[in-house]
Amino acid sequence: MVKGIVLEYRIDRRSGVATYLQIVQQTKQALRMGLLEPGDRLPTAREVVEATAINPNTVLKAYRELEREGLVEARRGLGTFVRATLGTGPADSPLRGELTDWARRARAAGLEREDVAALFTSVLKEHFEGDDT
Amino acid sequence: MTEDPALTAEGLGKKYGGRGRGWALRGCDFALPAGRICALVGPNGAGKSTLLALAAGLLRPTEGTIGAPAREHLAYVAQDKPLHPRLSVADTLRMGRELNPGRWDSALAKRVVEGGGFSSDTLVRHLSGGQRTRVALALALGKRPGLLLLDEPMADLDPLARHQLMGVLMADAAEHGTTVVMSSHILTELEGACDHLLLLHGGRVRLDGAVDELLAAHTLLTGPVADLAPHTVVESRATGRQLTALIRHEGPVEGPWETSEPSLEDLLLAHLRTTEGAPA
Repeated sequence: MVKGIVLEYRIDRRSGVATYLQIVQQTKQALRMGLLEPGDRLPTAREVVEATAINPNTVLKAYRELEREGLVEARRGLGTFVRATLGTGPADSPLRGELTDWARRARAAGLEREDVAALFTSVLKEHFEGDDT
Repeated sequence: MTEDPALTAEGLGKKYGGRGRGWALRGCDFALPAGRICALVGPNGAGKSTLLALAAGLLRPTEGTIGAPAREHLAYVAQDKPLHPRLSVADTLRMGRELNPGRWDSALAKRVVEGGGFSSDTLVRHLSGGQRTRVALALALGKRPGLLLLDEPMADLDPLARHQLMGVLMADAAEHGTTVVMSSHILTELEGACDHLLLLHGGRVRLDGAVDELLAAHTLLTGPVADLAPHTVVESRATGRQLTALIRHEGPVEGPWETSEPSLEDLLLAHLRTTEGAPA
């Protein structure tokens, strides 16, 4: 039941993105990738601030936001636990496999990393226009 | 976390003796809520060290009052980190335990010292500046203070040690709800860690409040030169027809400007630059 820390946050102070949002986004990303699963415990505020040197209230604010979205729940005295998964693209899904093939073909065709990223972003934009990120 | 203040000042003033020496602090009023991590900022000579020494009970106010916890519930690390040069690190921590019977957290004190790259039988006088900071912080945190006063705590630490020790401080605050007041010139050190700001200049409080609220109350704008009333202009610069300004807004900002919320660094630099020429 007791596992080590499953997630480490990386805070970029120069990104212009609010610190609590970085924590929210990285947690969601881990949920999408299947790195976090229902029942997993998020690191405690103490563990996060010791590693990142950010203010404890920032972590609590991020966790409250995740809780409000129904993704995690706080259990008194025990910690904050994952309740739900996000998206349908865990690390080993068929979709990922197809994307891996596609990336391989793009590279073989001589596309640079930036070209691929630009292409991907433009397709993403075309199909998910107006959606919340 | 309670909202009872951990540190208050009312009409606080301090004048040092001696001819030609003016007021180091004057007319200071503030109430710092408990559990906050407060950045104490201001140019050299603004009164930061005086304020910390008053809060620690090492100086008496010339006028007004300062409300701080009793001696045994606060810890103060002075800028020069006074330690006994001929004691070993282990002896220094042992002294901490003996001076704080019943409340000494020896595991925490050890954890702060570890990672400093020196053995605990090293004599204090053989430690580098950064290593002494570690020992001084261990001594302060081991006391489990409700209020921790730090005067330029990170000035002589390398970036890695600074990040580590800031992490230790934040972890302590997360676990015990410790209120921390730290003075610093290193703005990047404060951004992200501090949720409260006290800006001093010329012995007076220029800004005081929760960082979130202060940032939300200000707007950074660029656009054509125009009258910015009714907003309060903190700083403005015009280059040709282009205006860049930091304002404290009164109501919504309407006009042909591009606006954004300033960072803590933007806010501090603007206030520090404009108070520079102001009479002390």
